[in-house]
Amino acid sequence: MTTNLTDLHISEALSLLDKKEISSVELTKAHLEEMEKARFLNAYITETPELALTQAEQSDKKRASGEKIGRLEGIPIANKDLYCTKGVKTTAASKILSNFVPPYESTVTQNLKDAGTIMLGKVNTDQFAMGGSTMTSYYGVTKNPWADENGEYTLVPGGSSGGSAAAVSAGLCMGATGSDTGGSIRQPASFCGITGIKPTYGRCSRYGIVAFASSLDQAGPMARSVEDCALLLREMAGYDAKDSTVVNKAVPDFTAALTGDIKGKKIGIPKEYRSKDLNPEIAQAWDKGIEMLKNAGAEIIEISLPHTKYALPVYYIVACAEASSNLARYDGVRYTTRVDGNSLDEMYENTRSDGFGPEVIRRILLGTFVLSAGFYDAYYTRAQRVRRLIYNDFIEAFKQVDAILAPAAPTTALSYEAMQNMSPVDTYLGDVFTTPASLAGVPSLALPITIAKNGLPIGLQVIGKHFDENTVFQVSGVLESLAGFDKKPHHVKG
Amino acid sequence: MSFNETTIKNISKLARLKFPADQEEKFTEDINSILNWVEELKEVNVDGIEPLISVSLQEPWMRKDEVTTGDLQQELLMNAPDAVHGFYAVPKMVE
Amino acid sequence: MTYTIKGKTGDWEIVVGLEVHCQIISNSKVFSGASAKFGASANANVSFVDAAFPGMLPVVNEKCIEQCVKTGMGLNAVINKYSRFDRKNYFYADLPQGYQISQLYYPIVGEGYIEVTTDDGTKRIGVERLHLEQDAAKSIHDMSPNKSYIDLNRSGVGLMEIVSKPDIRTPQEAGEYLRQLRAIVRALETCDGNMDEGSMRCDVNISVRPVGSSELRQRVEVKNVNSVRFVMQAIEIEAQRQVDLYEDGKTFSQETRLFDSVNLETRPMRSKENANDYRYFPDPDLLPVILTDEHIENIRQNLPELPEAKKKRYIEVLGLPAYDAGILVSDKETSLYFETASEGQDAKKVANWVMGDLFAYLNKSGLSISESPVSAKNLGALIGLISDGTISGKIAKEVFEIMTETGKDPATIVEEKGLKQVSDTGAIEALISDILNANQDKVAEINAGKDKLKGWFVGQIMKASQGKVNPALANQLLDKKLSEQ
Repeated sequence: MTTNLTDLHISEALSLLDKKEISSVELTKAHLEEMEKARFLNAYITETPELALTQAEQSDKKRASGEKIGRLEGIPIANKDLYCTKGVKTTAASKILSNFVPPYESTVTQNLKDAGTIMLGKVNTDQFAMGGSTMTSYYGVTKNPWADENGEYTLVPGGSSGGSAAAVSAGLCMGATGSDTGGSIRQPASFCGITGIKPTYGRCSRYGIVAFASSLDQAGPMARSVEDCALLLREMAGYDAKDSTVVNKAVPDFTAALTGDIKGKKIGIPKEYRSKDLNPEIAQAWDKGIEMLKNAGAEIIEISLPHTKYALPVYYIVACAEASSNLARYDGVRYTTRVDGNSLDEMYENTRSDGFGPEVIRRILLGTFVLSAGFYDAYYTRAQRVRRLIYNDFIEAFKQVDAILAPAAPTTALSYEAMQNMSPVDTYLGDVFTTPASLAGVPSLALPITIAKNGLPIGLQVIGKHFDENTVFQVSGVLESLAGFDKKPHHVKG
Repeated sequence: MSFNETTIKNISKLARLKFPADQEEKFTEDINSILNWVEELKEVNVDGIEPLISVSLQEPWMRKDEVTTGDLQQELLMNAPDAVHGFYAVPKMVE
Repeated sequence: MTYTIKGKTGDWEIVVGLEVHCQIISNSKVFSGASAKFGASANANVSFVDAAFPGMLPVVNEKCIEQCVKTGMGLNAVINKYSRFDRKNYFYADLPQGYQISQLYYPIVGEGYIEVTTDDGTKRIGVERLHLEQDAAKSIHDMSPNKSYIDLNRSGVGLMEIVSKPDIRTPQEAGEYLRQLRAIVRALETCDGNMDEGSMRCDVNISVRPVGSSELRQRVEVKNVNSVRFVMQAIEIEAQRQVDLYEDGKTFSQETRLFDSVNLETRPMRSKENANDYRYFPDPDLLPVILTDEHIENIRQNLPELPEAKKKRYIEVLGLPAYDAGILVSDKETSLYFETASEGQDAKKVANWVMGDLFAYLNKSGLSISESPVSAKNLGALIGLISDGTISGKIAKEVFEIMTETGKDPATIVEEKGLKQVSDTGAIEALISDILNANQDKVAEINAGKDKLKGWFVGQIMKASQGKVNPALANQLLDKKLSEQ
């Protein structure tokens, strides 16, 4: 076999599996071998090779017997370690959940299992998905498989779904689940030169995903092509009676939207995203994307999202407020680590202070403060009001356009040294382009467009209307083929 | 400074967190810089704007009153740091 | 008879409001599919949602919503078509999520009232609101010397919190408010109202002020007072404590206290010493509850008759005294028993039997009315036997006693024991003649105008017949015989 199995797209692998040219066991083994070679990247927190091989064998048998198979039968994937997986340790990259083995499976990962996928393991993330670098993980930072200008692996993969992005980029899985609260799928996708979509809020069930900020958290796939994301999302999404907020709406075959034709589509370019301090290379990549869409027959329209600049502060107030409450359950009583104390309160304090990392503590403190008596209205309620204005901005814009094109991140991947020296606020600024869509709940897909002078990928995002992932995929598919992005990370090129 | 040494003591007590003095200082500083940064929200006119609580477009619905789960003691307790006679155990509470 | 506390400086009145928690009757918990049943083994009725495992989400139970609406209707209250859930954040071992899902900003039921009748007359006590929330788990402190054990079975059971306005001015009013509320939730089957089992729990807010003043002074919350009697006692004791403090020139802070029913005192709760900042905010995991007019109307149509309406009917249609009616509607079993027994019978007579002989017997034997060996149907039949002259009232008491022992129906007992009244006028007349003949002196006295002696003769007749003669018939025949003398 000349094909490098870990280079394949899911769509390609499915056709080879169908034609019996490869088996799921071969495909899975190839990935397991690659995972071993790439351990220095620290993409996985937990590898589950035995489970994966057993699943792959069963999958091959199923396929051979002519039984009804899943739409992603035999495809090896990785799950962000925020998804509860029955019988497989789920840490949320924290110390406090370092021993937690869930007795249940999240709806999204169950859906993927039911579709026939093979789980290779659980990938790294920022602790409780709080961060944009995986540097807040208790299990150490994940290295971006793209090297710096000196050929060293000193760059962060982005976050929080940095383990997912690195693993997909480096060929350590064919696709991965991510989750996006304020950009946690799109920013790492952009940093690692892959594709990821945060679907509409309510498209995927949140049941069994360790909660960060309930009104923002949304599951989504990360993969090496737009089509692969469409394939994965179709399986992940859908109604679930265990989540009150998930929408009871049929999930379309998103790949059907990949027509390659966007003639007459109206694409909005939000002027507020083009600030004077926008990195010129990012601006150029954006212009390149605009040009491609124009050439493909789309109509480019400048639009205004006037409250864009307030998205970040609103996001940090809302997300931290919800997180401060969501993380109260980690108290040393039922499933976390425990550090004893002489009283119940002392045990709580010892356990939580020991079990949470500094970024998590910082956000809990901020969130507790903005909800506290005397500050609730000034911070939390005000933020929720501004959130409505941001939401309304999108509703207004989508009266004029079918989709919006914007940068996914303000920079290419940063070095962890650089990030270490940044203040919390400076690191938060990395979410500047992604938080507005999160606050509005609209779908947004990030994909690589070009390579910057430093040799690193630059991504753009396509934002669509609520539940109009189809248009997002349609436009993204055209951008993908016109960009012809085929660069591989240094780790893969070897 | 809206967030001072008294505030961090109160807030960390509410959140059941505690840390040494140097960390306390660092967190106070961090949170102050974040609070200064979010100050810009004050310039937005939000008169008459309802807070946005959820962006879910699902129509509210309710569950039927059915018992669908139970007898999970083993699964519930297997991750517990301290469990005795089928109960979770914690340091003795007063009243 | 208003309630005042005589102090050194003058008279004081009490200002009291009650917060009552009622456990909702439903199959499953308010946000999870675990059973809401009481009494299972430790942690048996617990879902991963109730234990607040990572990634678990609440989904609201329709039945719990409907139970709140029904109760709201029973409280003559506004039903809110839009309500919402908020998180009340605090740490405690009985609260796995670290927050309680409750309704602060938009409760499901708004203002209403309960009508109470006391020695001062009838008065409406305002209801401020009713909201839906989760019950907490149970902590067990006496099984280990250095640990507390947590059982999550109760965690997440639906709870209605019913908050009264501070309209209560006497301990008796507080007691009546609670009794009425209990009768309402029982009639509606929304809560079993058992205070001793903790399915209905009461917190009492108490303050005092000089009579004539309209100020609201510092109030004290007395928590978890678990019987009507204790609520009344707690109010008296706590109000007196406050009056004493004021009169000694002392102040006190807004605090939470516990009622000690053994030492008859209230004392501060140690564990609540830190004033909590609950940081309420809307729960982003739950959507609002939207009720349609149709849904509300549907619930209203299926509402059983409420105690107040029932009482009115007993008075106006059945002609019962208000007092009797009040007692008969106080709980559902009693009114059901009464109504079954009354079918085809004189309601007043039935009421007398139920409240007299039956209650006396049940009290003595420590049985509840639903455990009565005398079924409602049989009691009705017994009263029927009196009405149609088959037995006398006196014999009926005897039959009733046998019924309590055997559970048999009265007709059978009368038959078996040969207790049927004698209605053969010939035989009775002969009996009367014998008695008159043997007591000619008394006959003479009657003839001289001493009519009272007739009663003595009736007694003799009953005695001679072993009570089997219908007293009315005996009277009638006695008159006839006397006139013939």
